[in-house]
Amino acid sequence: MTDSAQSVLIAGQKEKVRRGLDRRLRSERRFRAYGIVAIVLAILMLLFLVGTIVSNGYSAFTQTWIKVDVLLDEELIAPDGETDPETLREDGDFRGALIETLVADYKPEGRAQEDLLVAMFSTEAEWTLQRHVIANPDLIGRKITIWVKSSSDIDQLTKGAVRRDSPESGRKLKDLQLRWYDRMTAENRIETRFNSGFFSSGDSREPEQAGIWGAIVGSFLTMLVTLVLAFPVGLAAAVYLEEFAPKNRLTDLIEVNVNNLAAVPSIVFGLLGLAVFLNFFELPRSAPLVGGMVLALMTLPTIIISGRASLLAVPPSVREAALGLGASRMQVVSHHVLPLAMPGILTGTIIGMARALGETAPLLMIGMVAFIVDIPGGPTDASTVMPVQIYLWADSPERGFVEKTSGAVMVLLVFLIVMNASAVYLRKKFERRW
Amino acid sequence: MNYGAILATLLVLTVIGFYLGRGRARAAAGAPTRLHSLPGYYGAHVAIWMALPAFALFLFWISFQSAIVEGMVWNGLPDRVAVLGEAKPKNALPAAQKQLLINNIRNYASGDIVSGEITDLVKQGAAAYRRLEVLSSWIMAAAMALLAAIGLLVTYRSISPAMRARNRVERVLLLLLMVASTIAILTTVGIVLSLLFEALAFFTKVSPVDFLFGLEWSPQTAIRADQVGASGAFGAIPVFTGTLLITVIAMIVAVPVGLFAAIYLSEYASRRVRATVKPVLEVLAGIPTVVYGFFAALTVAPLIRDAGAAIGLTVASESALAAGLIMGIMIIPFVSSLSDDIIIAVPQALRDGSYGLGATRSETVRQVVLPAALPGIVGAVLLGVSRAIGETMIVVMAAGLSARLTVNPFDAVTTVTVQIVTNLTGDPEFDSPKTLSAFALGLVLLLVTLCLNVIALRVVQKYREKYD
Amino acid sequence: MDENIAEAIVAAPEADASDAVDAETFRVKMTTRNVNVHYAEKHALRDVTLDIGEREVTALIGPSGCGKSTYLRCLNRMNDTIDICRVTGRLELDGQDIYDDSVDVVQLRASIGMVFQKPNPFPKSIFDNVAYGPRIHGLVSDRADLDQLVEQSLRKAGLFDEVKDRLGDPGTSLSGGQQQRLCIARAIAVGPEVILMDEPCSSLDPIATARIEELIDELRQNYTIVIVTHSMQQAARVSQKTAFFHLGDLIEQGETPQIFTNPRDEKTQGYITGRFG
Repeated sequence: MTDSAQSVLIAGQKEKVRRGLDRRLRSERRFRAYGIVAIVLAILMLLFLVGTIVSNGYSAFTQTWIKVDVLLDEELIAPDGETDPETLREDGDFRGALIETLVADYKPEGRAQEDLLVAMFSTEAEWTLQRHVIANPDLIGRKITIWVKSSSDIDQLTKGAVRRDSPESGRKLKDLQLRWYDRMTAENRIETRFNSGFFSSGDSREPEQAGIWGAIVGSFLTMLVTLVLAFPVGLAAAVYLEEFAPKNRLTDLIEVNVNNLAAVPSIVFGLLGLAVFLNFFELPRSAPLVGGMVLALMTLPTIIISGRASLLAVPPSVREAALGLGASRMQVVSHHVLPLAMPGILTGTIIGMARALGETAPLLMIGMVAFIVDIPGGPTDASTVMPVQIYLWADSPERGFVEKTSGAVMVLLVFLIVMNASAVYLRKKFERRW
Repeated sequence: MNYGAILATLLVLTVIGFYLGRGRARAAAGAPTRLHSLPGYYGAHVAIWMALPAFALFLFWISFQSAIVEGMVWNGLPDRVAVLGEAKPKNALPAAQKQLLINNIRNYASGDIVSGEITDLVKQGAAAYRRLEVLSSWIMAAAMALLAAIGLLVTYRSISPAMRARNRVERVLLLLLMVASTIAILTTVGIVLSLLFEALAFFTKVSPVDFLFGLEWSPQTAIRADQVGASGAFGAIPVFTGTLLITVIAMIVAVPVGLFAAIYLSEYASRRVRATVKPVLEVLAGIPTVVYGFFAALTVAPLIRDAGAAIGLTVASESALAAGLIMGIMIIPFVSSLSDDIIIAVPQALRDGSYGLGATRSETVRQVVLPAALPGIVGAVLLGVSRAIGETMIVVMAAGLSARLTVNPFDAVTTVTVQIVTNLTGDPEFDSPKTLSAFALGLVLLLVTLCLNVIALRVVQKYREKYD
Repeated sequence: MDENIAEAIVAAPEADASDAVDAETFRVKMTTRNVNVHYAEKHALRDVTLDIGEREVTALIGPSGCGKSTYLRCLNRMNDTIDICRVTGRLELDGQDIYDDSVDVVQLRASIGMVFQKPNPFPKSIFDNVAYGPRIHGLVSDRADLDQLVEQSLRKAGLFDEVKDRLGDPGTSLSGGQQQRLCIARAIAVGPEVILMDEPCSSLDPIATARIEELIDELRQNYTIVIVTHSMQQAARVSQKTAFFHLGDLIEQGETPQIFTNPRDEKTQGYITGRFG
């Protein structure tokens, strides 16, 4: 074949390549678009989720208060004339005083309407009044003005979550209540305030009184137990496996175990806690102690694995240098290797703890789902934790709890963001390239 | 006596022991022979032998104290006890009533709520309980003090310049490290044994064949024998198919989205896009599952139901679709970040070879990179599947309870994890088949996820070796 | 499509091509003018101006990090795959600017093939490795043509006899030298005019190296070849032209015998006599 014949044929090939080009570039663009669509989809989902939570939940941080004028009728509040706190607390009928004034002001007709009127206020209102009077006993007999919490339904109305135009039978707030509410608004008796009770009280059946402080304390105690158990044990195990363990079957067995445990569904750890900690060792149900133990077992593999990775990243030259100076292996590890690996180990620990903080399923198994009003005082008190509180509230039908649930989710997410951000910061700050 | 106080005392004693030991070592160092180890090691040696045996005793004691105390209280009760108003010989009581009585005694003694009436019997038992508990604490504290004293005495006297304190201390430390690393094994053993025991108890009441192959699941057993439809059926097939259905839906969402996201990030995205998008995807993995569950139940399930109604489909309000969809979103970051690692591990030389022949990026990805990465991606998907099967909160909150044998994604189905949770929460009696069935399901769950993980890890490992 | 086309793709003229080289019909295939390459802040290549002659072997030599591989990767725009890399200057193939917007890299790389430092067969069968290029470019329309094209490409790469009974085996099952010849066959199968080789023998043993060098010598009858090598003996053995790079500069270029026997620059002198490297 001659040169010219060959170049003609090569030109033919070029032509073929050129002709296929359009189709190939189109398919290239399509393929690239799939990738972008996938990422956009995932990010949109995240935004949708966060958006839903925030739009449902931001209102949990405010609370509607109503200004009422109460005549502190001596007959009701201090029938014996005694005004010391003890007697007031025992005998004072603050609820009666409240209702008496409200009835006088709004003039409900009959028992049913009176109930409707009272239902506009939180059941907490009488305690607010009581506290106020106990602090100022000289007010008794006078007419005072005091702000009290509204009921959850009124709260939702103020926040715009109740449709007024739906048929009366279908809504919780009746027309009469709406009229009273409008009158209160006109008299500037309605006010929205920061809901400090949300951050200072425990659970409640009434949405307007429910708070997450109990759950936060429960979570804190549980995490404390988890950290105290999982960190030293995980650290010790990582150090042993990475620095001391001989290569034998026991070590292999441990390695396989650690890897598998890391992938065991969390609910199985709950079953373990139920069968071993509760039924066998008879530890208390619903206690942060047991919750912390279960979560510690669950977190342990994460800490061991990340700890080993950090230890492995410390170059052998460091160990050799220290050994060459006559340090024992234990001294090499504790003086040189561990300090260098510590940021990595802490990062892994924080990430493991963050995961434990968001964990719900195993805690359901050990009875942390109970309805608990009191703020737990110690690791053996019955308590709940934030994710479980979210689960419990999510199950409650009242509209007021939807907002509370979303609010609790926001608080939980803030904790998680802080933990993860500190892990990232730690990693960035101490990142070393050998 | 407060356990915290006991441990605090022990800690203080240990610290004192440390200083004593170190002081004596320093004094001994004045002699012509040099100390073998730094003085601190001698102190640590003393401290270890004071604290460790006493602490071990403490753990041992509190583990078994309540059982022993209960036994003694029980034996101390009169032979005939009044239960529900009638006197019965106490050794003839059914186990459940005996347990209830003991629980009441214990709760009364610790000031907790007692179910039922507080009888004299309970009061008498509680008094004995409290007495014995205090006694037991004192005995324990005394024994711990004795052990610490012996430890102090023996180690303190053994201090001499020739003693190899550092080696001894390090040996104990090494032993502690070793013990810590065996906790992983203990946990596994604990999981397997607890599941196995309870599951075996379950299988004495329900045959394994009926459990594994039965087509009807309704774990409500009758409280009264004459109740209708409450016989309790434990055929787990509908539960398994429900789990499978939701898992399949989840993977249909997670695999394409996760894989394409990984491909885009590793092959197309600029460094800056990658550095921003990757953490954002990772946020999806960091959101607690209870939040996903809430989101599914509150927003997504009604959305799907309404959308279905709009086009004339009947969609259950707790449809498998909603739960599966949200679970899929939760799993996206798993698939994407694992696949991303794996795709990046494909050697650049292979890509260069393909580009060098004039292949476009997508041709290179589809025909060279993906086939090379396939085993690893399969491993990543398997890990995702195992995650989906074991996921609990999303399905508890967004999937139903009714065990229906269906593959219709618009129906409500139930899953293994949902059944475990519902059968164990509340206050069930512990030996009913309903409660025990949760452990049998747990055993199946453990075995399946374990198999998936082992296979997935193997596959990924093989893949890594190939390109290292 | 008939047999001729498959033949033309692998450009296998039976005519005696040696006289084509001897006949001093020197024609420039590629020209490069003032090529500069930056990797982020690093100036990797400075003002390189070099002509590549058609159907001859041009060797690029120089110490590691001198920019010779970077230059090679400019010739078929492989540097495009690196985000931070910026190329300026004029590079032409047959008078056409290859960095022009109208040029598609896909098309360009079909004309300028490349063989890499480490043999990089795809994790596919031997057959599929060679068939990959023709398939993506749509060069053949039926299986028989493809079979023929694969066979001829393997023959040109001197590999066919060794692998003809196991075309279905994975490409990775071959020895290092065979893998590299497979990669050459893979490049030939697309029907390129120029073949770029980036230290093609650096990971091979001496016998496999000798085999590749023979192959290069055969291939130059039909292809323009640019080879980067760190072995001066290899450059002397296989190339007609040699260019010496040092720290991002093109120091000297010329006929291979002249460069090795009578270098004009003292850096070239220093390098080829082994004073640095």
